[in-house]
Amino acid sequence: MRPEQQGVDVAVLVSVGRHPITGRARRADQDARGLELALGLERQLPGSRVRLLHAGPRGEESESALRGYLGMAAGAGTGLDTLTLLEQAEGSDAIPALAQHLAAAPPQLVITGTRAERGEGSGLLPYALAERLGWPLVNGLAAVEKVENGVATVLQALPRGQRRRLEVRLPAIVSVDGAAPAARQSAFGPARRAELEATPVAAEPDQELAQWQMAPARKRPKRLKIVKAASARDRFKAAAAKAEGGSGQVLEGVSAEQGAEAILKLLEAEGVLR
Amino acid sequence: MLETLLPILIFAALALAVVGAWRRIRLWRQGRPAEVDLLRGLAAMPRRYLVDLHHVVGRDKVMSNTHVATAGGFVAAAVLMILVHGLGLANPVLGGLLLAASATMFVGSLFVAKRRRNPPARLSRGPWMRLPKSLMAFSLSVFLITLPTVGVLPQDAGSWVLALILSAVLVWGLGEMVFGMTWGGPMKHAFAGALHLAFHRRPERFGGGRSTGLMALNLDDSGAKLGVETPSDFTWNQLLGFDACVQCGRCEAVCPAFAAGQPLNPKKLIQDMVVGLAGGSDAAYAGSPYPGKPVGEHHGSPHGPIVAREGKALVDAETLWSCTTCRACVEECPMMIEHVDAIVDMRRFLTLEHGNTPNKGAEVLDNLIATDNPGGFDPGSRLHWAADLNLPLMADVKQADVLLWLGDGAFDMRNQRTLRALVKVLRAAEVEFAVLGVEERDSGDVARRLGDEATFQSLARRNIATLAKYRFQRIVTCDPHSFHVLGNEYGELGGVYEVRHHSTYIAELFEAGRLHFAPWKGGSVTYHDPCYLGRYNGEYEAPRNVLKALGIQVAEMERSGFRSRCCGGGGGAPITDIPGERRIPDMRMNDVKQTGAELVAVGCPQCTAMLEGVVDATAEVRDIAELVADALVARPAAAAVDAAANKTTAEEVT
Ligand code: SF4
Ligand code: SF4
Repeated sequence: MRPEQQGVDVAVLVSVGRHPITGRARRADQDARGLELALGLERQLPGSRVRLLHAGPRGEESESALRGYLGMAAGAGTGLDTLTLLEQAEGSDAIPALAQHLAAAPPQLVITGTRAERGEGSGLLPYALAERLGWPLVNGLAAVEKVENGVATVLQALPRGQRRRLEVRLPAIVSVDGAAPAARQSAFGPARRAELEATPVAAEPDQELAQWQMAPARKRPKRLKIVKAASARDRFKAAAAKAEGGSGQVLEGVSAEQGAEAILKLLEAEGVLR
Repeated sequence: MLETLLPILIFAALALAVVGAWRRIRLWRQGRPAEVDLLRGLAAMPRRYLVDLHHVVGRDKVMSNTHVATAGGFVAAAVLMILVHGLGLANPVLGGLLLAASATMFVGSLFVAKRRRNPPARLSRGPWMRLPKSLMAFSLSVFLITLPTVGVLPQDAGSWVLALILSAVLVWGLGEMVFGMTWGGPMKHAFAGALHLAFHRRPERFGGGRSTGLMALNLDDSGAKLGVETPSDFTWNQLLGFDACVQCGRCEAVCPAFAAGQPLNPKKLIQDMVVGLAGGSDAAYAGSPYPGKPVGEHHGSPHGPIVAREGKALVDAETLWSCTTCRACVEECPMMIEHVDAIVDMRRFLTLEHGNTPNKGAEVLDNLIATDNPGGFDPGSRLHWAADLNLPLMADVKQADVLLWLGDGAFDMRNQRTLRALVKVLRAAEVEFAVLGVEERDSGDVARRLGDEATFQSLARRNIATLAKYRFQRIVTCDPHSFHVLGNEYGELGGVYEVRHHSTYIAELFEAGRLHFAPWKGGSVTYHDPCYLGRYNGEYEAPRNVLKALGIQVAEMERSGFRSRCCGGGGGAPITDIPGERRIPDMRMNDVKQTGAELVAVGCPQCTAMLEGVVDATAEVRDIAELVADALVARPAAAAVDAAANKTTAEEVT
């Protein structure tokens, strides 16, 4: 008996990205990978439906960035020629609007990037949505292997190229990062012809965000790897070696205070805190 | 008997030809509309044929004379035949002329036959192999049936058997020459070719002009399909142009991609378009295939896709992406067919509608959109190479004599050496110049040739707006691609500038006595003509003049000047990177090697990169600006006084 393999209903949450060098609006890299995953799913499971969802203000810059996603559907046979725009004022909280929209017509799978390229960029959105909807969440998705009887078998990306196979009951939220397949090229013609279906939604101003102070990010400090190597071979080995914790310490069954103390001690020892 | 038969035969052939012509015209008219001045074109056609076309054909003297004899003889013979045998004007003078015409044609056809004995690989076979025989059949039979008219033979010489045989041969000749002309035989080139010359999409090319800039795609209608998807998406006069191809293979012989074994053959591409416009398969094609792609597996129709999204249609995408847009094919084509326009039209569809630019294409286009340069570098770092040079910025000075356009080579360490050399030369000649600095963007050359007209126009419009803020006499650049785009392609979008390649400008400075060089002490030198400087802009002399001024005698490569072989770097070819059997720059460095030169002078960052990337090269690659900068000496004392005196007088006058 052939297992039941039928199309899934996928919603891809997309945001307006920001180019790391010039800061220009663009399709966000992770969200675009999410859409790529969805389009791949559609190929794999005929009859699948992909919709695009964005909550935020409508402006010229953001519109052209959002059209970047629509340009990826060029002739994919998806009929993906619209994007639902939940129109909100700048600085509104996207989570309630998205949750409400998703709950009203629940898809089986929600795909989103791990972290937005502008705004808070806290990476909390998938978790907050999952909590509100009461759906399971898988992060760092690399591939969806199959969907059978309402259960999806997915591959989750772990550090250094490792993969973990998971089964998740649908509906579920999955988030993708750089481990998911790279997004295809966006074509100008279909992007420009596609439609943005704007639905104004009640805007809840994001109180917390309003109190934040935005400043350009500083480069994170990176631990210097001091390599004392005599030969080229040693240098190569050192460069290719995995980062070793070395003097790491596993704390199990300790209280929160003890844990915090251990972390504090480490930070002081490393000179991060003085 | 012949007197009754001949008019019937002749007029039947003519009538069938008219029907065929009408059908052929209907095929062309499937194309999109194009603005063509029909009457002026028709009026200019004889001149375009006799002068411009024969200027190209005349590069091969034997073939040119053969064609003059055959075609001239045929046209004269056909007209006279209608008069003498069709309308019965059996006058000995006309008859005599007809004999002369058919005899000339016969001699011509002997040469055609000789050419076809061992035809070079670039010539198509198939129906073309019977053409000399058909030419002979026509000329000989016309000659023979005309003999009685002038009284050389009695009216009823020979038996009716002979007359029948003669008529049969004549039917063959008429069939090929008159009927076949419009029904798709080899003689189609005469009919389509004549009209193609009349309705050419670039009439500026005739009369010694030059027209090489790509034409802008109208992006205003947001519902329109962008680029060419099906043969009927070409304009009608492009379709007509394809139909004019004589399959001479001159384009094939010069195409660098074909020579490198990449899956492109410009002749086959044009023939595929002919297949597409009539509908059918390419199985009947009898020339060299696309390297690595057997003939007979592709098919198309006027309204079917040229490139299939999956599987095969008329042409495979990698064929279109192999082209370096070097324009060698266009330069050599005796029918003045515009291959590059067609290729870019089809690429536009693949990029703008399919979103399918191969290999690094998508990444480069994304970079251009996000950072205004193909490498994705921080646009704010465009002037880092010149941190110590204190270059005057247009934003500060507002006006200058020369606006130095840096090009994207500003991000490339190799080209930065050229730029520094050029700055040194300009300073030595006391040129008042300034740069746009971080306000400069990519010219849009690569985006346009990768088919991304939207990004090209966006970059171009923003560059034009920036340039409009400042006053300058001319733009000087060491990048022939920027030179071409700024000079020949921005005009259509409203940016009209006087642009000079640095070699031209340096030659002018030298002429004006503003530069002085130490004599050349190095070894032998050859010069590589960049496609976008030479064929695109006709500048062959200035770089050679500069080298001469340096005291260098150029050891020319066999393929130089308008026949220069591409370095492989144009048209985004290194980005789309379609594999072949060889690499184009390797072949070019081999050309260099054959001259025995120790150094190859170039005038293009792209050529420098491609040629320097050749491993185990026998010659060093230097830009002309570097050679000039190395040879600079302070002006000799006497000359300095002279120049100063000149300067004063000049000032007094103005
Ligand atoms: S395209 Fe031009 S050069 Fe090429 S085969 Fe045809 S006529 Fe000859
Ligand atoms: S432009 Fe150059 S590479 Fe392209 S088809 Fe013509 S000869 Fe070949």
